Amino acid sequence: MSIDASASPRPDRTEPGRTGSHLRKPKDHVGSRYPLWFYVPGGLVYLVFFIIPTAASFYFAFTRWTLFESEFIGFDNFVTFFNEPGLIGSLWNTLVYGFVTSGSKVVLGMALAVVLSLPVIARGYLRSVTFFPVLLSTVGVGLTFQVLLDPFNGIVNKAWTALSGMDGPGWLTNPDFALLSVAAIDVWKGLGIATLIYIAGIAAIPNEYFEAARVDGASGWQTFRSIILPLSFPATSTVILLSLIGGLRSFDLIWTTTGGGPGFSSDVIASVIYKQYQAGFYGLSTAGNVILFIVVTAIVYPLNRWLNSKETDL
Amino acid sequence: MNTTRKSTSWIVGIVGILVTTVVFLVPFAFVLTQASKSPQEAARLEFTWPEQFMLWSNVVQVFETRDFMLITAFVNSTILTVASVFLMVLFGSMIAYVLSRRKSRINGLINGLVLAGLIVPPAVVPTIWLLQGLGLFKTLPGLVFIEVAFGLSFTVLIMRAFVRTIPREIDEAAIIDGAGPVRLFFQMIFPLLRSVIVTVVVVQSVTVFNDFQNPLYFLPGDDNATVQLTLFNFRSQFSTDYNLLFANILIITVPLLVMYLVFQRQIVSGMTSGAVKG
Repeated sequence: MSIDASASPRPDRTEPGRTGSHLRKPKDHVGSRYPLWFYVPGGLVYLVFFIIPTAASFYFAFTRWTLFESEFIGFDNFVTFFNEPGLIGSLWNTLVYGFVTSGSKVVLGMALAVVLSLPVIARGYLRSVTFFPVLLSTVGVGLTFQVLLDPFNGIVNKAWTALSGMDGPGWLTNPDFALLSVAAIDVWKGLGIATLIYIAGIAAIPNEYFEAARVDGASGWQTFRSIILPLSFPATSTVILLSLIGGLRSFDLIWTTTGGGPGFSSDVIASVIYKQYQAGFYGLSTAGNVILFIVVTAIVYPLNRWLNSKETDL
Repeated sequence: MNTTRKSTSWIVGIVGILVTTVVFLVPFAFVLTQASKSPQEAARLEFTWPEQFMLWSNVVQVFETRDFMLITAFVNSTILTVASVFLMVLFGSMIAYVLSRRKSRINGLINGLVLAGLIVPPAVVPTIWLLQGLGLFKTLPGLVFIEVAFGLSFTVLIMRAFVRTIPREIDEAAIIDGAGPVRLFFQMIFPLLRSVIVTVVVVQSVTVFNDFQNPLYFLPGDDNATVQLTLFNFRSQFSTDYNLLFANILIITVPLLVMYLVFQRQIVSGMTSGAVKG
């Protein structure tokens, strides 16, 4: 997609060949033809329900706040956030979760898309099956996997024991595994979108490249390495950006599978925001929001620009 | 060459079928069998064929739970989804249309806001504070506006790419025939957006219908429950009614699976055209 902030200007198609005819309009007509008030309804909703709360968060993050009255306390909330091990740990977890899910989706999505672009049997079936988890309710998926990954009765560990003879790990109950297990569930659920985007990216590569590779006697790996990998870059940048944005902000799945636990081992910023909100620390919760804002923006915005510039180099 | 190719295609296909079945279909089959079991059998969490097949009575029981809460939740979720997706399509297409047709100095600003809407995580408590100020906290209209505000960026992004493919000659013709800007858009352009509208409707319906976080924050209370929140009815601190939990998961999944089967082709073509080269 390249979430491009600067839409490329398009040449006005009505211009050539029409000069001098009565069709040519004075320039101000274009303005009234595409009225600016079309921005207003959507813009108003966006302004009131998104921009204003976001702007307000930069004030309330510095206050002790009861929703009715707020007292300015400077950086106290941020100091609390960075000193409390349970809270600062969530920052690290957020980064791990975001990059692990995004990276896995890129690699697995690409691999799956390459396979599903080959003339294999049952291709339509395979595409549908990999896509359908995208439609499932995140909460439903979370609760289902909680049962599947149950350390004693879950079928995953029963299969594990049957294969290896040993007891399987407590995927969601062991602090060392909990976050990565949730990330794996996230990948399970979201892989379909990444694959779909890659399939489209590969399908958009002109056939001549593959023809030329075939004529030159390129092996399958060479074709992948020199044609598919570089030319599906727009798809890669889309997958990276979308999954990173989603991963860094992820809440639903983590909350339903582990609730941030055991302890704070799988807490991310989004779940800290919720916990502090529930506990009535609205100022601290909002400070968490501001930190999440900074983390996501500081990572995604430069990344987007960099990916965009690479894309235009192509 | 040809025979090796053919056999590779078979081998890869069969391996693919096996892997995807284990990875993706077994969990789904597990939900299905659990939802059909008796409470005692479901509590064992085994992946076995149900001894007694009681899917129907489980489903009925799920609907009856807590005074037909699931029905209320379905009504709420349906209103929420329909209203917010309708507004997203309407507002989003208007923005995308003017944004891609009209070159003006504020285009940069609008594009920046679209980008910000994708990236920036919503500020939770300030939004609650604002909704309270407007008297919209714990109301369905409040949540509708929230969903519209959060979903608008992605809608505009997908639609903008599509509007560019509609020739400007159509605008010219309509103007010459005397159409004003409003008629030009709603009578000529809007119908031409059909395929991208289907995409937006499907993608955003899935998002809004499956949303858990926003109803949790902005629409608390049992009367206001959306379907996602009903899943917690069968889980208490000490015991879980697994058969009912999984029956509930099944019930709330079916509408979207049906929608997917109906619109499968458009989803795929729309997602890809909008997402890959914007």
